[in-house]
Amino acid sequence: MRRQLPLAICFVMGISMVVQFFIPHRVSQEFYRTILDWYRIVFAFSLVLGTGTLIKVHWAKISKKSKGWQYSIITIGGLVFMLTVGFITGIQEGTLFMKVFEFVEVPLEATMFSLLAFYIASAAYRAFRARTVEATLLLIAAVVLMLGRIPFGYYLWHKIPGIAEWILTNPNMAAKRGIVIGVGLGMISTALKIILGIERSYIGGGK
Amino acid sequence: MTTIVLLTLLHLQISPPKDVRAFDTPNDAGGSITITWESSPDVEGYRILRMALPDSVYTPVDWVDAATKRYVDKVKDGVRYRYIIRAESGIAYADSEPTDEVWSHGNVFHRGRTNVLIGVVVYTTLLLSFIYFAKRGKKLFVRKIAGLDAVDEAIGRATEMGKPVLYIPGLSTISDVATLASLNILGRIARKAAVHGTRVIVPNRNPIVMPVCQEIVREACLDVGRPDVYREDDIFYITFSQFGYTAAVDGIMLREKPAANFFLGMFWAESLILAETGASTGAIQIAGTDAVHQLPFFITACDYTLIGEELYAASAYLSREPLSLGSLKGQDWTKLIIGGLIVAGVILVSFGSDWFLGLFSG
Repeated sequence: MRRQLPLAICFVMGISMVVQFFIPHRVSQEFYRTILDWYRIVFAFSLVLGTGTLIKVHWAKISKKSKGWQYSIITIGGLVFMLTVGFITGIQEGTLFMKVFEFVEVPLEATMFSLLAFYIASAAYRAFRARTVEATLLLIAAVVLMLGRIPFGYYLWHKIPGIAEWILTNPNMAAKRGIVIGVGLGMISTALKIILGIERSYIGGGK
Repeated sequence: MTTIVLLTLLHLQISPPKDVRAFDTPNDAGGSITITWESSPDVEGYRILRMALPDSVYTPVDWVDAATKRYVDKVKDGVRYRYIIRAESGIAYADSEPTDEVWSHGNVFHRGRTNVLIGVVVYTTLLLSFIYFAKRGKKLFVRKIAGLDAVDEAIGRATEMGKPVLYIPGLSTISDVATLASLNILGRIARKAAVHGTRVIVPNRNPIVMPVCQEIVREACLDVGRPDVYREDDIFYITFSQFGYTAAVDGIMLREKPAANFFLGMFWAESLILAETGASTGAIQIAGTDAVHQLPFFITACDYTLIGEELYAASAYLSREPLSLGSLKGQDWTKLIIGGLIVAGVILVSFGSDWFLGLFSG
């Protein structure tokens, strides 16, 4: 029963959502909105659960003085601070909560994102080493594309931007569409296997 | 008198909109009527006039510019209406003939999705057929996927080194099929890791995915008779912030030094930051995503990458369950059919026939 009930719920809800997709009637739309509302409610409760594990994990690190336990103090301190400030001042524009968000959280995220530029440089160095035929082709395509995107490429040879565009819209697009078709079929197949209970490792089953 | 004559002349100069049709908007939830008309020359715009029966007076609903030839009116279901489209230019105007009575209602089938329904039925039939053959014991060939063959090697390496395995189930929600596929793979990997007594660390960005991950790993440990291996604290929530999560996972990789990193699911811009940090720690890395734009980053920075559909095939491949393998064959045959349709489409369109394309439009 412990396994059968989730599988039965999954089957009924899965089939319902497939049928709903083909029915534009108001009742069907209402059903879809209700499911989305349920999702939001579950999300809100799971956030409490998630925050609970966050505190538990970091509290354990602090008590055991595990490696990097000082960061755990900052994590829990930040969580408590933002919760307290949010409850006291609210989360509207101009409140302390929003100021901390705008002037601490957002710049920190931007900093992390900007690291990507350095990682791209190191990854490109590795990817473009012409060790194999495929890597050499990749290197040539990348050089043409990079030159095609800057004025210098045009001055070097006026046909380079056109060649770069052709690489993007023909071989690149063909490969992308091939992957996308495979992904679409894989998605339907996975969904079908879950709905029919063939794939049940998400509830801990399967061999 | 002169004004009346002038107005009459101006009125006569504008042609009324022709071929005015009002009909229940197709494929909708109800509550709307669509009106279409042929445009009149030299007009500034059109005023839509509506009469709800049994009233006898037309009231203005809206005004649209001269380029518009279609208007969707929000109405009450079941009430009968008539419409007039008035062409206007300055103070002059000309009314169309009233439309026939029309009323709106909700549709029970979206006709624009008939082709999708046929596609789903054909594909599902194929999948079920191959699943049936597999169930009857038919041997099915599945090509080798290097990235999945390396899973055992990665877990074995972690076991030998006495280090944990890091599993990232993507950054998306539970409703994303890529996340579901990733959770299926987590079940397989957790089983293998539990057999060897290896820790699996699963940091989560989504609070709904987290308890599912906990349940999967717990059940996997129980299934192989190693409940002692399960540590609830190893599967935890970090933050919903994309780069906050990335920073935290980078920190885990640098502090815990996992011997194997799995990045399977949906990823965005953080993919390269995660994979490059992992590569710098010397861990064996297996990635897989259906996010086409992130694939080059994973291919560059990881030892093995599951490209697109391989992510969805992974669970079946790892489990070798006949039922799951049957679905893979169904996918392959459907791809063959799609390939055939693409070739047929290219030939037909090249010879000027467009009806084939129409079969695939909504």
